[in-house]
Amino acid sequence: MATAPVGTLYRGGQGMWSWVAQRITGIAVFFFLYVHVLDTALVRVSPEAYDIVIATYKTPIVNLLEVGLVGAVLYHALNGLRVIAVDFWSRGPRYQRQMLWAVVGVWVVVMLPGTYYMMRHTVEALFGATP
Amino acid sequence: MSLADRSLALSTGSRNRQRSNFELYAWLFMRVSGVVLVFLVLGHLFIMNILDGGVQRINFAFVAGRWASPFWQVWDLAMLWLAMLHGTNGLRTIINDYAERNQTRFWLKMLLYVSSAFIILLGTLVIFTFDPTIG
Ligand code: HEM
Ligand code: HEM
Repeated sequence: MATAPVGTLYRGGQGMWSWVAQRITGIAVFFFLYVHVLDTALVRVSPEAYDIVIATYKTPIVNLLEVGLVGAVLYHALNGLRVIAVDFWSRGPRYQRQMLWAVVGVWVVVMLPGTYYMMRHTVEALFGATP
Repeated sequence: MSLADRSLALSTGSRNRQRSNFELYAWLFMRVSGVVLVFLVLGHLFIMNILDGGVQRINFAFVAGRWASPFWQVWDLAMLWLAMLHGTNGLRTIINDYAERNQTRFWLKMLLYVSSAFIILLGTLVIFTFDPTIG
């Protein structure tokens, strides 16, 4: 391996970790999608079968997993757009680090209210009404 | 890597690759499908998890209401095909990266392609044959 990682995006540092996270979130979302098409296919079995399985989506623990899924998809989408910008935009490589901070920033700003709205019902059910 | 670097790396690089542009098209497809999926998947997640009541309101009647409209049928169909092809191609890359033995690589990819084809066909069938009066 070369010793001077000048100008590479992938050898250690944020460039590599953002890529590792892109890979892990991609795999996770892909496996969710397999299961998700199977659960949706239950609409062809009977309304009851579909409703019983969808009821699990509404339980507290699965609700928390959904927040994780949305967080994973959101990161993958934002960082994917960043990768695309690095590849196609002439100044992309120069701004790739700033764009990574933008990805993190947008992710936090969307996930804060997103988590609130996704979890509101569960929190109310578990701990009583929220203010 | 830029598009030009990419085709350069592919034409001069790696062992005994045939003169084929498949990898270049696959690379391009990941980017084009990615841009479209941003709207389809993030829109889907927003509707399903945040909009009026989120996941708590989903049931058979809800799906029946949505699939009564061709707009959402086309939306879901496009999302199904693009996400599955994008994800399958992504996993193909990952298998190529980590599975060292030729045999292992071959069988893992066969498993991937067969299961992905099954899911794409099943999902397509479900959208086209949906019957709101079933049961
Ligand atoms: C927890 C999050 C999610 C919920 C609650 C959810 C809910 C639903 C529901 C209710 C349907 C039925 C059809 C409709 O009403 O339009 C559906 C279908 C679908 N969803 Fe999701 N979804 C979620 C996440 C995702 C994600 C992350 C993806 C993509 C990666 C996705 C891809 C699809 C596809 C492709 C279909 C069509 C399935 C088919 O053809 O049978 N969903 N989803
Ligand atoms: C929401 C919009 C999305 C965008 C903008 C996006 C973008 C990208 C990009 C740019 C890559 C890198 C390709 C490369 O390095 O050649 C990628 C890889 C990948 N994506 Fe997506 N993607 C999206 C949605 C999805 C979905 C829904 C899935 C799962 C079904 C998925 C699964 C994967 C996988 C498994 C990889 C391979 C990762 C790797 O090779 O390290 N992506 N995506």
